[in-house]
Parts: sequence; structure tokens; C-alpha cells
Amino acid sequence: MDAKTWKNPIVAWVDKRLPIFTMMQHDLVDYPTPRNLNYWWNFGSLAGIVLVIMIATGVVLAMHYTPHTQHAFESVERIMRDVNYGWLLRYLHMNGASMFFIVVYIHMFRGLYYGSYKAPRELLWQIGVIILLAMMATAFMGYVLPWGQMSYWGAKVITNLFSAIPLVGDAIVTWLWGGFAVDNPTLNRFFALHYLLPFLLFALVFLHLVALHTSKSNNPLGIDVKGPQDTIPFTPYYTVKDMFGLGAFLIIYLAFVFFAPNFFGEPDNYIKANPMQTPPHIVPEWYFLPFYAILRAITFDVLFIPAKLLGVIAMFAAVLILLFLPWLDRSPVRSARFRPIYKQVFWLFVADCILLGVVGGHPPEGVWVPLGQAATAFYFAFFLVIMPLLSFIERPRPLPSSISAAVTGKGVGISAHGVAE
Amino acid sequence: MADSTLASPHAADDEETRRDFLLIATSTVAAIGTAFAAWPFIHSLNPARDTLAVAITGVDLSPIAEGQAITVVWQGKPVFIRHRTAAEIKAARDVALDQLPDPQPDSARTEKPEWLVVVGVCTHLGCIPLGQRPTDAKGDYGGWFCPCHGSHYDSSGRIRKGPAPANLAVPPYRFLDDHRIEIG
Repeated sequence: MDAKTWKNPIVAWVDKRLPIFTMMQHDLVDYPTPRNLNYWWNFGSLAGIVLVIMIATGVVLAMHYTPHTQHAFESVERIMRDVNYGWLLRYLHMNGASMFFIVVYIHMFRGLYYGSYKAPRELLWQIGVIILLAMMATAFMGYVLPWGQMSYWGAKVITNLFSAIPLVGDAIVTWLWGGFAVDNPTLNRFFALHYLLPFLLFALVFLHLVALHTSKSNNPLGIDVKGPQDTIPFTPYYTVKDMFGLGAFLIIYLAFVFFAPNFFGEPDNYIKANPMQTPPHIVPEWYFLPFYAILRAITFDVLFIPAKLLGVIAMFAAVLILLFLPWLDRSPVRSARFRPIYKQVFWLFVADCILLGVVGGHPPEGVWVPLGQAATAFYFAFFLVIMPLLSFIERPRPLPSSISAAVTGKGVGISAHGVAE
Repeated sequence: MADSTLASPHAADDEETRRDFLLIATSTVAAIGTAFAAWPFIHSLNPARDTLAVAITGVDLSPIAEGQAITVVWQGKPVFIRHRTAAEIKAARDVALDQLPDPQPDSARTEKPEWLVVVGVCTHLGCIPLGQRPTDAKGDYGGWFCPCHGSHYDSSGRIRKGPAPANLAVPPYRFLDDHRIEIG
């Protein structure tokens, strides 16, 4: 890091003692970024901005919310009707959760397509998976807080997953509930954790960024930066690009907030929780549907493992398997642009995830059961069979000699296909 | 810096460019937009509509006999309503204004002489003065006495002695008819 001299004497005084301005200059301005990043690289910073929006709206909502079974539902309705702009803050928060998952899922698929999880970015990827897990826990507990029918029965079903654990399952569920049913103690701890976890998320995002700025950004070609000719400074080039993406994103996000605020929600959650009556059709929020489909796909015992336990294992494994991805994929080529077979299989995998989501939204009967089982089988086969196998049988296309050579068209050893894309 | 070959386009020359104009114009719009976006967050902390709805308190005065006082809750604060006796009214009206730390004629503090309506919060540090119940100490001037730091109020709720800087506040109120008032 160059020792920059700051013109403003106050800035210089502070920076000498606490180099925050030098760090900002280093990581937000000078940060050398590959010059060929496309718009799929916008989703990381978008996710960070959504996290900030969620914390800002969440903190204000928490000032009006009452975490008690007798008051929670009413306090949310009070936010909607009586609190100044309460409807706006709540709809921003509600739809923000959905936007967060859309943005993060796209961010992850981008990493998958361009091989961003491969060396030297394994840890960066794994921190990302932990962030996803923390997001899921936060979103789940947040959904319980309004204490509607879906809140209550979602909490009941998800906490009951742990009852599948042999021997200690029931004791764990009782411990999670703080009682013998989902009740006030459960709501209270979920509120406390829902407030805590976003700040842990924030810390994880910070680590994610430290790891990113250590190994630097991947790029659509998936080849390493060879020198200064391959990069441009983050500011102004990518600051402007990120801001433009943010503008486009906000239009979509706010269109939902203002014109279809309950698009992602379930009408049943506007009915107050009734522990004596389960709604006829329980579905989790859309972002959990693929995992819900995997949970329900296991309808058979395997050896001594009962179907219930196996389903829970499969569901958690569906996320945790991502932690091992850097070692399941042995191919030295990162970007799918130069991997003709992987490129096809990748899109099959995307389609499979969407199919799982559709299956998860339907009652588990008729054709949806075998469909869900086939989609689940493909999901795991993608990681456990196809990825390792492709590493050996696939013949990658020749890589460009450098990023600058590829983008300026002056390099040698570039496949025409690789540049044209 | 040396990490990238291309520096910022601004570094090329010092003259103002179309790009500078666009940057400033866009940043200005973004800053104004952010300021507007901050307003719902700030305004949400103001009293909500249900809080405002209970900000007005109606009181029926007919059960309060002469010499009696009641305390009602208005906007979360105690309000003293005293049905004053002729002697109390006289005491409140006869005092010379230059003897008062916070000069205010009794007539300016009442709608009708027999009814005194004041916010029962000591103007010193917010304690609730004694004097509502017959057994309470009423202080040296026959009004209220604040036990926290020894402020004495007279039968018009005016500060007479002690550390309080001002008279007990008179809330906005009006008579709906002869024996009903609305505070707020």
C-alpha cells in the first residue's frame, strides 16, 4: 500500500493514527479489478446493499414490534395501520428478504458458472456458504415473528426437523422451543436471534470481503490477472457499474414493494396463529422450496435409517455439499466458457434447482413425488458424480493468454469462441 | 495507482468535462433521493396514529364537589383538576404579581374561576407534587407541594417557593358544556 499523503489536515491527522482513509482508498478506489467483469458481478455488492437495507428497516421495525404471543400479530397490524410509514418499512423488509435471496442465489450461480470457488478462492466460497446458512436461519426466524398461521406452523415444522435426530431428538426440540410446544419462549428467543444474526452476517460479509480482496476478483474468463494491463481501478469504473446495477435493482424491488407487496407472501399469514388448527396446505417461503422438495423427496428407509431422518440429512446436505465443491470439481479450468460439457450441465443444474422449487410448492402427491425424487437425485449427482467425472473426461477449450489480450483482441492463443462471448 | 494501467479518467486533465457535469448532477439527485428515503424512517418514530388518537381526554366534572380534586391521565401525564373554593379563588386572585417568581394572573390560568386544570408535573425535575388528597401536604400556599426538592405551588398552581422555575403548566382544554371538558 502506498503511503498516500492526504491534503486535508484533519484527514491526514486521523489517517496517521487510524488508517481508515488509506484502507478505503485501497479497497474501494484503487482496488485493481479485472477489466472484463460483466453484469453478473454486480450481485455481490447488491447483496451487501440489501443487507444494509434489511438492518436499517429491521432496527426501526423492532422499535414497534412486541415479541409476545398475545401481542405480536396485533403489533404487526399496528405497524401496518398506525405507525407512520410502517406499511412501507414492513413491505421493504418483507420483500427485501425475497430480494436478498434472489440476489444471493444469482451471485452463487455466477460463482458456479465461472468457477469462482476454485483455488485460491476456496475459503472465500466457503464463507459465502456460511453466509447463506446464516441468512436462511435469519429469514426463517424472521418469518415466525408476525405470528400468523404460516409463521406458527412453519416454526413448528422446521423445529420438528430436529426430532429426527436419534435418541436426543425430542430433547433437542423441547430445548429449541423452551417448552412443550412452539409458544412464547420460542417467539422471544427467535426475536432475539433474528436481531443478533444480521450483525453476525455483517461480520461474515466483512470476512468474505477480506478474503476477496486478498485473492482478488475472479472474472468471466476465469484466468488469473497477469499484470496491471489486465485490471482497472474499482473507482470509478466498477463503482459506476455497481451504482447503475443498483438503480435497475431498486426499480424491480420497489415495484414489488409498491405494487405487489404480498406477491411473495402467503395469505394465510394474515390469520393469527392458532395452535389448534393447521392450515390445509403449508408451504415455506419460496426461497426454501427447493430444499423443502429435497426434504420430502425421501419417502423410503435406507437400511436402518428411517425416511424422516434421511430427508433431514438430505436437506442439510444439499447446502453443506457446497462447502466441498472446491474439491469435488478437479478441473483446472475455472470458467464454463472454456468447458463445453460443464457449460451444458450447469444449465441443467439451474433448471433442476428451479424444478425442485416448483415441486416444493406442490402438495407431495401424484407425479410430484417421483419428479421431486428424480430432481433430488440429479441435484446430488451434479456434485458427487458429474463434477468429479467431468474433471477427467472433459477437454477444455484453449484459454486466452491474458485478460487484456482477450478483451483487446490483440493476444495470441485465444479461441475465437472465448472472445466472442 | 500502480496496480492498474488505467487511472481515473479525471486524472487526464484538470479542465471541467461533460463527465464532471454528469457526475455532479447524478450525485445530487442520488443525495436528494437518499434524503427523501430517510424521512419514512425518521417519521416512523413520531407518535403513531393510535397514540395520537388517545391524545385527547374528556372529563366529566359533575361528580367533583367544591374543595375536591381529581387526577386524570392525559397523554400519559397526570392532570390535576381542582374544584376551588371561594377562599382559594380569592387567595389566588389577591396576590400581587410582583411577588411571583413566574408572574401570571390567575384569570389567565383558568377558563372558569372555580375550575383549575393543570399538568401535575413539577416544573423542576418532573416529580408529581402532593396536594390532591385531603391528607396530602399542600405546601405553604395551599396548593401543592413537591416532596422531591421542596417546591411550593399556590391554589392557582403557580410556583411560590422552592427550586422549580415555572408555574404548573395549563394544558389546552375547553368546556364542552357546563360540566364537561376536553383536554388536548
